[in-house]
Amino acid sequence: MSELTELTLKDALDGLAAGRFSSEELTRAHVEAVEAARELNAYVLETPERALEMAKASDGRRARGEAGRLDGAQLGIKDLFCTEGVRSTACSKILGNFTPTYESSVTANLWRDGAVMLGKLNMDEFAMGSSNETSAFGPVVNPWRIEGGNGKLTPGGSSGGSAAAVAAQLCLGATATDTGGSIRQPAAFTGTVGIKPTYGRCSRWGIVAFASSLDQAGPIARTVEDAAILLTSMAGHDPKDSTSLPVETPDFASFCGKSVKGLRVGIPKEYRVDGMPAEIEALWQQGINWLKDAGCEIVEVSLPHTKYALPAYYIVAPAEASSNLARYDGMRYGLRVDGANLTETYENTRAEGFGAEVKRRILIGTYVLSAGYYDAYYLKAQKVRRRIADDFDQAFEKVDALLTPTAPSAAFALGEKSDDPVAMYLNDIFTVTVNLAGLPGMSIPAGLDANGLPLGLQLIGKALDEGTLFSIGSAVEKAAAFKARPQKWW
Amino acid sequence: MAIDAATVKKVARLARIAEPDDKLEPLARELSGILDWIEQLNEVDTDGVAPMTSAVAASLPMRDDVVTDGGDPAKVLANAPKTERGFFVVPKVVE
Repeated sequence: MSELTELTLKDALDGLAAGRFSSEELTRAHVEAVEAARELNAYVLETPERALEMAKASDGRRARGEAGRLDGAQLGIKDLFCTEGVRSTACSKILGNFTPTYESSVTANLWRDGAVMLGKLNMDEFAMGSSNETSAFGPVVNPWRIEGGNGKLTPGGSSGGSAAAVAAQLCLGATATDTGGSIRQPAAFTGTVGIKPTYGRCSRWGIVAFASSLDQAGPIARTVEDAAILLTSMAGHDPKDSTSLPVETPDFASFCGKSVKGLRVGIPKEYRVDGMPAEIEALWQQGINWLKDAGCEIVEVSLPHTKYALPAYYIVAPAEASSNLARYDGMRYGLRVDGANLTETYENTRAEGFGAEVKRRILIGTYVLSAGYYDAYYLKAQKVRRRIADDFDQAFEKVDALLTPTAPSAAFALGEKSDDPVAMYLNDIFTVTVNLAGLPGMSIPAGLDANGLPLGLQLIGKALDEGTLFSIGSAVEKAAAFKARPQKWW
Repeated sequence: MAIDAATVKKVARLARIAEPDDKLEPLARELSGILDWIEQLNEVDTDGVAPMTSAVAASLPMRDDVVTDGGDPAKVLANAPKTERGFFVVPKVVE
């Protein structure tokens, strides 16, 4: 039944609507694919019984003419989303066997529309990482390999499980989250489409918090249209998240395939960084040519503070993380490691429960917020953040969207950068600016490098203008005609 | 070097993370490396720039001051490491 897992989400929904197969059949095909792909380590928890139950209920709804937008479609859920009655750990030891008694708003929206959950997807611990290597469950292996090689590559991070599962056809689409590039960089590394919507588009309620002013949920899917269908269901105002925007969610799929003639697309010159592989530079130029051919006007723009985005991020994000992660005290849920007194119990619990990268970021965050350093670091970073957001505001007076590479390289080997935090952080050099400014960004697979590995192009839009990204994104997708899939070796 | 071992010890205590003494020196080197890289922010002129405290320009909404949730202690306690008769059991706080 492998052909069923090869369908796009759109084709699967059409097939269900036409009665060509049932959700139960589609679910069984996916459950088999998931079981056969454990070597990839994409799922940290499989929920086949629940999936089949949800599928049968979906088939019932469809028979009664009550099918929702996603009815009967199989999704994987990043382990950062709390799912009622299903273990949710953020891939950290400190959450142990935490089993939420509530459902995150985003996943509740997906179930409202009839989707079927296959299980929980692997990720970097608390979404802190760019290679999936900080997960307490071990790294995900990218289904892509260098042509003719068998070395293990990273699927990127933090949403590495989501990206790998979508690329390896272990679900029709997946939820993901993006704080500095965690949807877009893994999408680029796996030949999938990922969009981080405008900050506030998706509710953060029930998503384990990393850096609250940067975190946003979004989908990873195999086509631009699939991503649009998923985002339409995931997004929406939620009174339970005070930063959720009280705006209508458009039908994002209606923007796919629309003419992009006359749209102005900016090319930020500061994204041409030293040491960028020639192939990525060439792909970027190719993308420019594709959009010209589609009738877009190409405009060179300047975002002068681009190079300061990453260092500003590595103050703001750890500061917010150190505050958010203070809740893991071993008292109310998760791991508790007893000590001689209360303070020692806290210290032992957190020493044992957090991994090295999470501890590193908590320490940096605590340091930059501590007495005497707040102005020099945190306040300075918040001011630089304003400068970065102003850069975008000025650029968007002249253009409708921006086109950049998604990541400075293709997928790298597991272990290659894990000893050098700053080298790892540089992965997010093209994606992190968008989080700081709260803007939407999308990665679209656009080509293969000389090793046969996928590369992505990024589109950045105005706040709440995801629609334009879906239009331009589908133009890029059409021109790129990216049909490559990883050769099955697992 | 921005941070020495004594500072790491102090910060780890503030963050309530037990770090063994032999880890302080390597951590100091690592964190200093990151902070040295962050220092480049000082090149940016931020005089008169208002700090950005929110990702989107939106004011926080108010809601009616009414109870919207609660009344389910079993759910609240469901994941607790230790409970007794409907309460969390925690280490002694006052000696």
